[in-house]
Amino acid sequence: MAVATDHRRVDAGRFEGHQWRSTREDAGRVNVGRMERWLSMVAGGALAAYGLKRRSTSGGAAALAGAALLYRGATGHCDVYGALGINRANGHAHGHGTGEIADNGSDTRRRLGGARGIRVEESLTINRPIAEVYRFWRNFENLPQFMRHLESVAMREAGISHWVARGPGGMKVEWDARIINEIDNKLIAWQSLEGSTVATAGSVNFDETEHGTRVRVHLQYSPPGGKLGAAVARLFGEEPHLQIREDLRRFKALLETGEIATIAGQASGRSGFMASRAPDERGGRRP
Amino acid sequence: MKAVCWERTNVVRVEQVADPAILNARDAIVRITSTAICGSDLHLLDGFIPTMRSGDILGHEFMGEVVEVGRGVDNLSKGDRVIVPFPIACGRCFFCTRDLWACCDNSNPNAATAEKLYGFSPSGLFGYSHMMGGYAGGQAQYARVPYADVGPFKVPPHLPDEQVLFLTDIFPTGYMAAENCEIEQGETIAVWGCGPVGQFAIRCAFLLGAGRVIAIDTVPERLRMAADAGAETLDSLEDDIFERLKDMTGGIGPDACIDAVGMEAHGANIDYWYDKAKTMAFMATDRASTLRQAINCCRKGGIVSIPGVYGGFIDKVPMGAAFNKGLTLKMGQTHVHRYLPRLLRHIESGDIDPSFVVTHTVPIEKAPEMYKTFRDKKDGCVKVVLKPN
Repeated sequence: MAVATDHRRVDAGRFEGHQWRSTREDAGRVNVGRMERWLSMVAGGALAAYGLKRRSTSGGAAALAGAALLYRGATGHCDVYGALGINRANGHAHGHGTGEIADNGSDTRRRLGGARGIRVEESLTINRPIAEVYRFWRNFENLPQFMRHLESVAMREAGISHWVARGPGGMKVEWDARIINEIDNKLIAWQSLEGSTVATAGSVNFDETEHGTRVRVHLQYSPPGGKLGAAVARLFGEEPHLQIREDLRRFKALLETGEIATIAGQASGRSGFMASRAPDERGGRRP
Repeated sequence: MKAVCWERTNVVRVEQVADPAILNARDAIVRITSTAICGSDLHLLDGFIPTMRSGDILGHEFMGEVVEVGRGVDNLSKGDRVIVPFPIACGRCFFCTRDLWACCDNSNPNAATAEKLYGFSPSGLFGYSHMMGGYAGGQAQYARVPYADVGPFKVPPHLPDEQVLFLTDIFPTGYMAAENCEIEQGETIAVWGCGPVGQFAIRCAFLLGAGRVIAIDTVPERLRMAADAGAETLDSLEDDIFERLKDMTGGIGPDACIDAVGMEAHGANIDYWYDKAKTMAFMATDRASTLRQAINCCRKGGIVSIPGVYGGFIDKVPMGAAFNKGLTLKMGQTHVHRYLPRLLRHIESGDIDPSFVVTHTVPIEKAPEMYKTFRDKKDGCVKVVLKPN
C-alpha cells in the first residue's frame, strides 16, 4: 500500500483540477469543517497575540493553545477529532448534501472502523445525463461489466446484494452487502453485512458538471486474516487506485459508446499462442 | 491472412497471421483492396515511436469492402465499399461531438499509457504503437474496424481506389494543414517537405485561395511534382531558405509556413547535427530543424501549421521568435472524419485527382523492400500502394 500511496501523491498533484481528481490525502487529513477552520484561525490568532503580550506562564499556555488552533485552522486537521473518528469536513468540502450524508456516503473508513486494508477514491466525468449514470450504477449487477475485480453481483430483496470477486490467482471471494444510503441522482452507499468474511464498503457520489456527470467513487476492503486476506489484498493488484481509475474509464466508455474499446483477442504477428500475445491483447493489464 | 508486421527497428516482414474477428458490437471487418505506406510509418520503421511490439500489424491508410458487421452497426452492409479514417473515434464523447475526432476520449484502450506522456490521451490509431491503442493496422488482407458505424466512409463505385484511398489520411492531412493557415485570397504559403502530405498541402493551399505556394525539399523529383501543381520551388541544400523566402515575399516572409516534415528532419545545418547527436544520445527524441526554420522564416503575425508528426520532446524551439513575432502555431493529428464529404466532392468535381502522388503499386509481399525504397527516397518513390488481395 505504501507504493500506491506514493504514486497517488504524484497523481494528485498532476491531475488536480482536471478530469481525474484524487482527494484521499485530503479526506484522511481534513476533519475540521470550513467555518470551524476560519473560527480556529481567528480565535487562535487572537489567543496567541494575547498570550505573547502577557509574557507570563499563563500567557505562554494561551499562546501555545492559540498556536494549536492556528494549526487546526490552517491545516483543517484536528488530532482530537482524528482520534475520536469524527469527521465534520466532508459535507461542506464537497459543496452539497448534509454532514450526515457525507459521513455515511464518503467516509467508508470510519464505518469499517480502521485504516487497515485497501482504500481508494477516484473520480471521472461522463458525458451522459446524471439520471442515466445513476440508474446504471444503482443496478449493482452492471458493475462487473467494468470493474475488473468483480465476477458477479446479484441483487436480492430489500437492498441486499451478493458479490463475487475474483483475485489474480482465480481465488473467489464472496460476501453479501446492503445499501446503507441512497439519494436519487446523488448518492449510493453500501456495506458488507455484519459477520461477512470480507468487511467492505463503497459509495458513489454523482454531481452534475458542465461536461456531464462527475462520478466520485470510494471503495474500501478490509481483508480478514489468513489466505483469504491475502486473496482480498491481491484483488486490485499492486496499485489499487490505478485499477479503479481504469474501471471508471471503462464505465465512461460503456455509457458513452455502449461498449469498451479493446484489442483483446485481435490477430497479430505474434498470435496463435496465448503466451505470445501482448498484454493488452490478452485482455489483461496494460503494456 | 497476410499482414505487414513490425519486427524491430529497421525490420518489417510479411507474416501469415490469423484473420481478424469482430470483438465488439460496433466493429466491422473490411477486406482490403488497397493500402498505402505513410511517411509516418517510416517513424515506426526507424524506431522513433515508443511502445511498438514485435509482431504488430502496420498500416493506417486502407480501404476495401465490408465483409462482416457487428450487431451494433446499422449503417453498413456487407459489400459496401469504404475508406477507413486513420484515427479511431467513438462519435459520442465530448471531443467527437465537437468535431475533434482525433481527440476521441474512448477509443484508446491504453489511454493510461498515453496519459503518462501527454497528460490526456488522444484517440486510438490503426497500426501505430500500443500507446495509441495497439490496434492491428491495415497493411493486411483484412482489418477489424472498431466504431464502424462512425469511421468507414462509403465511396462511389466509379472512382478507382487510387483516387479515394488517400481520403484515409494524407489528403485530409494536407487539407487540414492548409486550412490551419487561415489563407486569405492571394496569400503566400511556404511548405517544407514535398512528400505525400506536403504535395497535398500545396494543392489544398491553392484550393483554399493561396496566390503563391513555395515548396522546399531536397529531392529533385519531389520538387518537380510540387512544381507540377504550380508551386515555386527551393532546394534547401542549395538555397539560403531564409534569404530566398524573404526575397520572394517582398521582404516580409511567407504569410504562413507548413512543416510537413516532422520529427525526423534532415538537413545540412548545424542544428540538424545538433539534433542528430542529441537524439542518438537519447537526450531528445525528435529532430526539429524544419520547425525551427519555419518559425524563423514566417512573417510577423503569421501562422505556422504543423501536419508533420512529433511524438516526444524537441530541443531549442525558438520560442522567442514565435512570441515576439506574434505567431500562431496550429497542429495535431488530422480530424479525418470532419473533412470526408467535402474532399470527396472535390474529387468528384475534378478539382483534384489524388492519384497523382502514386509512384509505386506493388503486391503486399514487396512491402518490406518498399519501406526502405520509400524511406531512402530511391527510385523516385513518393507514394507506395500495396495490393494485399
